[in-house]
Amino acid sequence: MAERERRQAPPYGGIFVPRTRVMERDDLRRAVWRMAHEIVEANAGVDDVVLVGLQTGGIPVADSIAEALSSITGIDVEVGSLDVAFYRDDIGLRPVLPEAVTTIPWNLDGHVVVLCDDVLFTGRTIRAALNALSDYGRPRAVQLAVMVDRGHRELPIRPDYVGKNLPTRRDEVVDVSEDGVDLGEMRR
Amino acid sequence: MTDAPTIVIKGGRVVDPDGSRDADVVIEDGRIAAVGADLSADRTLDAAGCIVAPGLVDLHSHLREPGKEEAETVETGARGAALGGYTAILAMPNTTPAIDSAAVVRQVLELGRDAICDVFSSGAITVDRAGEQLAPMAEMAALGVRIFTDDGTGVQDNRLMRRAMEYAAGLGVTLAQHCEDDALCGGGHMHEGEWSARLGIAGQPAEAEELMVMRDIALARLTGCSIHFQHMSTARSVAMIRDAIAGGLPVTAEATPHHFTLTHADCRGYDPVFKVNPPLRTDADVAAVRAGLADGAIAAIATDHAPHAPETKELPFDQAPPGMLGLETALALALTELDLPIEQVLALLSWQPARIMGVDDLHGSLAEGRAANVCVIDPEATWTVDGEAMASRSRNTPYQGREVRGRVRHTVLHGEPVVVDTEPQR
Amino acid sequence: MSEPAFRHLLDIEDLGDRDGIEEVMRLTDSFVEVSERTIPKVPALRGKTVAWLFYEDSTRTRLSFETAAKRLSADTMNFSVSSSSVKKGESLRDTARTIEAMGIDAIVVRHASAGAPHRIASWVDAAVVNAGDGWHQHPTQALLDTYTLRSRLGDLDGRHVAIIGDIKHSRVARSDVWAFTRMGARVTLVAPPTLLPPSLEGWPVEVSHDLDAVLPTVDAAYLLRMQRERMTEALLPSLREYTACYGLTERRAELLADGAVVMHPGPMNRGVEIAAEVADLPNSLILDQVRNGVAVRMAVLFLLLGSGSDKVPTVRSDG
Repeated sequence: MAERERRQAPPYGGIFVPRTRVMERDDLRRAVWRMAHEIVEANAGVDDVVLVGLQTGGIPVADSIAEALSSITGIDVEVGSLDVAFYRDDIGLRPVLPEAVTTIPWNLDGHVVVLCDDVLFTGRTIRAALNALSDYGRPRAVQLAVMVDRGHRELPIRPDYVGKNLPTRRDEVVDVSEDGVDLGEMRR
Repeated sequence: MTDAPTIVIKGGRVVDPDGSRDADVVIEDGRIAAVGADLSADRTLDAAGCIVAPGLVDLHSHLREPGKEEAETVETGARGAALGGYTAILAMPNTTPAIDSAAVVRQVLELGRDAICDVFSSGAITVDRAGEQLAPMAEMAALGVRIFTDDGTGVQDNRLMRRAMEYAAGLGVTLAQHCEDDALCGGGHMHEGEWSARLGIAGQPAEAEELMVMRDIALARLTGCSIHFQHMSTARSVAMIRDAIAGGLPVTAEATPHHFTLTHADCRGYDPVFKVNPPLRTDADVAAVRAGLADGAIAAIATDHAPHAPETKELPFDQAPPGMLGLETALALALTELDLPIEQVLALLSWQPARIMGVDDLHGSLAEGRAANVCVIDPEATWTVDGEAMASRSRNTPYQGREVRGRVRHTVLHGEPVVVDTEPQR
Repeated sequence: MSEPAFRHLLDIEDLGDRDGIEEVMRLTDSFVEVSERTIPKVPALRGKTVAWLFYEDSTRTRLSFETAAKRLSADTMNFSVSSSSVKKGESLRDTARTIEAMGIDAIVVRHASAGAPHRIASWVDAAVVNAGDGWHQHPTQALLDTYTLRSRLGDLDGRHVAIIGDIKHSRVARSDVWAFTRMGARVTLVAPPTLLPPSLEGWPVEVSHDLDAVLPTVDAAYLLRMQRERMTEALLPSLREYTACYGLTERRAELLADGAVVMHPGPMNRGVEIAAEVADLPNSLILDQVRNGVAVRMAVLFLLLGSGSDKVPTVRSDG
């Protein structure tokens, strides 16, 4: 969930009022490095691995993991971006528009796709992403990396790599930026 | 009729060709018995705050019978007319069959006998209004037809029109022309101009009307026949008629309420309720028509009441038939929209058209001894136009929802109150 | 980002100002990407039904809309009018309401009468898309033309487009003029006076009768289809004379500046308004137009049907 985006989308949005800083810039950097190591370990290298960031909050996460993987392995992992607007289950219930054009310029057959997002919440976005990915080929495996897992899942989805597990109330909002992660509320 | 109760129309202001004065009007045996102060009779029709005028006279009604009874009948058309203050209407001949013989004239007059408005018949100039062969005008004139027209279309052929005018001059009748050059506006569905270009609808240029006005003025000069121009819609038509009248030619003209209230911009939503022939024109044309009504170039307001069954107006604009309702809204539109004294508005709606139609012996005057054809108008009453509430069988009013001022309270036809307090009496 | 402000797409004007067209362009980018995939289909409009109500034959436009709807996973229904009981004279309203009673979400209308889609839109709750009405407009054509031009030329601000041929009877011209000029382009209409609309009052265009003089100044030459029946209406002496004065012949194509492009809405009369060789030159965008047509129509259908209630604001895809 790209909570920052919600600032511009009332009634869910409004103005984000941070209450607690839960990760500092350094915490983010360490989390990225740890997740990158876990990816290398789990897949015995990165030969078949591609990263796909979810628009828009997942894009910087994917980019920083790719950078870390490159430092660790010396291999530049491919990074794509995926916009799941056309796969959402709330089309027609509320206006839904894509944020950006999807760029997955490779056939995913046989690859290990690591989906990257900033916040994992209900799991609905990941469900849509899994559907979308299948239109680009048949990956050998799909794994999920998120910077923050805040709980409250509505679908049977769990992350493979987590920057931080963060217990939250449903009405709280998690904001991930390059400076750090804040927990707060939306003021309508 | 000597047993009929006498009636007094009380408390109003009488307006007729003799002028305006506060007076009561007594009706006895179908005639105006007295006009004066403090009169009484068996029955009183309240006219407090109202104008008491001669019944209105419409030179241009499409009653659709025979042939299209689903759109209108003589009976329903006459009912709408009475509600609109009319005591005389002229049925146009574009029925099926056309009114082009004594037999059809008789049928229409027969249908109108029991109506709550006097129904006069026009006759076609040419057989089946086809513009090829003269219709038997003398046989129709013998039944009282005074106006001949192919309305719905104009007589296209110059030579035929000349002959028709020569022949009509001998009968002492008037020819009325629907001015439209078919070749020039063939396939057109609205005024050719800014809006037809934007909307992508084939246009009817103003010149298509003006060419025929120009021709018929020339033929009136040539033949001496009196010609009446129907539903004039363009500024140059009005100007030509003004000049012809000044030149002493036997020319008269009418204009419709829609041509002094609506423009081609009203067609922008593609609603065929705004489709009419001649088409709604420009602001400048509307202003010129209003000026013509004000200065006498146009002597009559005529409705061109043209009912169409609802489903025919649910076709696309270019497939729908032209025409709109008029009888129940003409007076109110004239009072609301024309910046003229009420005496002049009533002249345009009553006694001037009565003269053109040749029925001024029965209509258009409240002088003592004349037939008691009267309408009582509340000039300040406002109401909202609603097609559903109209007497017509059709609903195609372009004024749906418009608030207008001036309402007919009572209508008296040959001494019989046919509309009392806005309700038809039979 | 504003939500789509329109319920129907009847005219280009329904999209409002430039921003509305930009919105469609942005969304089209996404659908172009979808169209390039191995499986060029998304589930976005699952459960929605789109009906074709074509009173005029048009295989190309119908196929383009149908492909668009299917790639959005919408169900489609063909209410083929010319082969059904609907004939001239049946109430348009009855037909439209019958279709809507079947639970249709969108009706794509093509009709030989200008304004027919507007009338239908006034009677039904379904979204109505104008797929060409008489001489009036063909808004999705204008959107795909705009998209195609932008793909090649970039921003249209200050670009000069000549629309050449039978403007008077052209719904394409009546849509393109507004789309191109709203995107900042300058438009010159090039046609004999008999093939221009009777009034250009309020049209943001220039007019020329001299194609040779205009061609070197344009970034795009947009040729309209010249219909043979115009000869019988005393609008032109002959097709040969039309081609000589207004056809994009090989000689004329050389007058075009480097980088200037050639467009045509199709179907072409090769040898009349456009020389066969010119239509196949690398600067011809005619096939791009067809290709982009599907993506643009996906964008339009998605905006009309996928945007949901207008009570709730847009949620971006990452929400």
